[in-house]
Amino acid sequence: MPSGTDGKFWRKPLDYDKLEIPHGEIHIIKERCKGCGFCVEYCPRDVLELSTEFNTKGYHPPQVVKGEACVHCGLCEMLCPEFAIFVTEKPKEEVKKVES
Amino acid sequence: MKAVETVEAPEVVEHPLESLLRMDRIPHIWCSTCGIGTVLTSFAEAVKKVEFPLEKICVVSGIGCSGRIAGYVKLDSFHSTHGRAIPFATGLKLANPELKVVVFSGDGDIVGIGGNHLIHAARRNMDIVVLCINNFVYAMTGGQVAATTPLTANTSTSPYGNFEQPFSLPHLAASCGAVYVARWTALDVRRLAKSMTEALNKKGFSFIEIICPCSTIYARRNKLGTGLDLMKFYHDNSVIKHGADTRELDIEFQKKIIVGKFIDRERPTFLDAHNDWMKQKLKDKFIPHGGPQC
Amino acid sequence: MKADPKGVLTGAHYLDGDHACSEGAIAAGCRFLAGYPITPSTEVAERVAERFPHVGGIFIQMEDEMASMAAVVGAAWGGVKSMTVTSGPGFSLMMENIGLAAMMETPCVVINVQRGGPSTGLPTLPGQADMMQARWGSHGDYEIIALSPNSPQECFEVVIKAFNLSEKYRVPVLVMADECVGHMTEKVVIPEADEIELYPRRYTKLPPREYLPFKPGKDLIPEMVKAGDGYKIHITGLTHDEKGYPAMSWEAQEKLVRRLVEKIRLHADELVDVEEMEMEDAQVVIFSYGISSRVSIPAIQKARKEGIKVGLLRPIIVWPFPEKKVRELAKKIKAFVVVEMNYGQMYYEVERCAGGNCKTILVPHGGGWVHDPEDIYKAIKEAVK
Repeated sequence: MPSGTDGKFWRKPLDYDKLEIPHGEIHIIKERCKGCGFCVEYCPRDVLELSTEFNTKGYHPPQVVKGEACVHCGLCEMLCPEFAIFVTEKPKEEVKKVES
Repeated sequence: MKAVETVEAPEVVEHPLESLLRMDRIPHIWCSTCGIGTVLTSFAEAVKKVEFPLEKICVVSGIGCSGRIAGYVKLDSFHSTHGRAIPFATGLKLANPELKVVVFSGDGDIVGIGGNHLIHAARRNMDIVVLCINNFVYAMTGGQVAATTPLTANTSTSPYGNFEQPFSLPHLAASCGAVYVARWTALDVRRLAKSMTEALNKKGFSFIEIICPCSTIYARRNKLGTGLDLMKFYHDNSVIKHGADTRELDIEFQKKIIVGKFIDRERPTFLDAHNDWMKQKLKDKFIPHGGPQC
Repeated sequence: MKADPKGVLTGAHYLDGDHACSEGAIAAGCRFLAGYPITPSTEVAERVAERFPHVGGIFIQMEDEMASMAAVVGAAWGGVKSMTVTSGPGFSLMMENIGLAAMMETPCVVINVQRGGPSTGLPTLPGQADMMQARWGSHGDYEIIALSPNSPQECFEVVIKAFNLSEKYRVPVLVMADECVGHMTEKVVIPEADEIELYPRRYTKLPPREYLPFKPGKDLIPEMVKAGDGYKIHITGLTHDEKGYPAMSWEAQEKLVRRLVEKIRLHADELVDVEEMEMEDAQVVIFSYGISSRVSIPAIQKARKEGIKVGLLRPIIVWPFPEKKVRELAKKIKAFVVVEMNYGQMYYEVERCAGGNCKTILVPHGGGWVHDPEDIYKAIKEAVK
């Protein structure tokens, strides 16, 4: 059973068992961040929140609060105006490790 | 907020778009919650999917906040005079027709001082892509009223509210003969990137208006919050209507914004029309301009 | 390198100055013209519009002069020799982008067939009142090169020179003709293509990794590239450093502006091109250019008949001003008589360089017609008093 499925289905999709939900690993380049909050607001899985720490510019960079929920949609990477956050695909072995 | 460990990779991994950016000039000059950086990210994504080599893409911009984009892309880029990005791009394209020339500039630059050049380049169907970032003001100089400022908006030169009727950019471009006309907001990152790729791969004059938040000036002066609040506004109030009649695309102050791809048609470009015509008139005596000659 | 024979109409022709300019441009290898119609320069563009499809050039009539000049700069960066033509009112409009060309160090040529001014003035009649504007027209500190032909034959030659100088110094070069020379029809002999020497564009041989767009060579001039060759240049009108990136500091400004100015000033000795007539024993020297220089000749002949030792110094390169020549002459002669179709423009340069060592007399003219040689003769008489 793929992990991270907290949605309820009215009917199970036929390929449900073959479904592989991707997982993303988030990289935050804290010093570039200008605290705009786009990534926090628009992450569909609420993976990010603004942290309380400061970077040298005085902004609050985001932090990952629900890393296991990240499905590598890439929206944070595309929305960030500062090129300060991006996602790479988490290798499957690491995903299984997190599950177990 | 609960304290959690940040998931960070053990080795230093580069942002995937760094090869397309002049990293020695990052961080850029745009304000926090300005949408231009997001538009640039969409452009970088779009450029990765085009059908021709990156060396052939040239970015020409004018003066203004949006015009600074030329300085951050790692492509042949030209930061020319205010309003004259489109004719500069015309000269560049005609000199070397193999180039893919993108004009990336702001609303004040392209539609205000550059209005004449916009309508003629569209009329001639010059084979360039014009990406007009519309933040409704002349932001770089402090937020003066522009030809795109919505009615009643407050700007530094309309301190009692704007009483002038603004342009509807898709309508303007379409009525002047542009072959690809679309409007997206800066929030529509994927749709915008896809639209940009389509425009880049298409021959002819393509025009994409990109509604973009200006936090420090437009949002602040009109008490609309920050750029994030403007993005939320776009989220709640933009409606996709592909193929909508361009006469109905006016933007009113803080009202619904219609986005989408409105025009996608074919027409001979200036150079094709020129070459076909001359061939017809001069037959064997015609020598087409073959590209760089010195 | 030699001219492309495809573009050279070798032979003797009966052409007016404007048409001779077109032929000169095509012979020089110009293959892009973006212009806007304005009397009395329109014929240059008209002939080019007719000839370019036969030689592989591209002509576009833009919507205004600002667009024309911007397109000229863009086309130069695209890898062609580009030019535009205009007259007074259009010249004023092009100034911002001439400044852009100077800042971006773009080789290009602008022909101004001067007419009566100011403002709309006398569209169909000559003037020479844009001379100072040629030097100082755009804002900021920069130097350009300007030439002034006085016959259709010279129009042909001067336009080729203009293209060569623009390539050598990476600077916009202005050809300051006037309506008389532009609309007068005379014999123009166009030589064989291999007799026309062209200065090739100074493209770099460095690989992209090592190339810096504004790193000057020993002669203060950087090597050039064109868009699309993989150099990924950033060229801006903002004050910039050697990489081409905007640099908003006074140090960068000082470095850049000094180089833009010195690259011409330090080569002033190479940039002297004057014609001297009866100068060996001259005590009075007529300083004149363009059509006014031709009108001065009957006055010189009349004065010579009376035994007055008068000669003609005619600058063909008017900017940079031939300072050294004028300074040296001023120590030997009695007076300069400056004959120009304006109320004193090059006159002030002559006066400045004469430095009080000799008299300087201006024979002004409002434009609209050429001087009366009698007035010039009277000024010569005044000079020898």
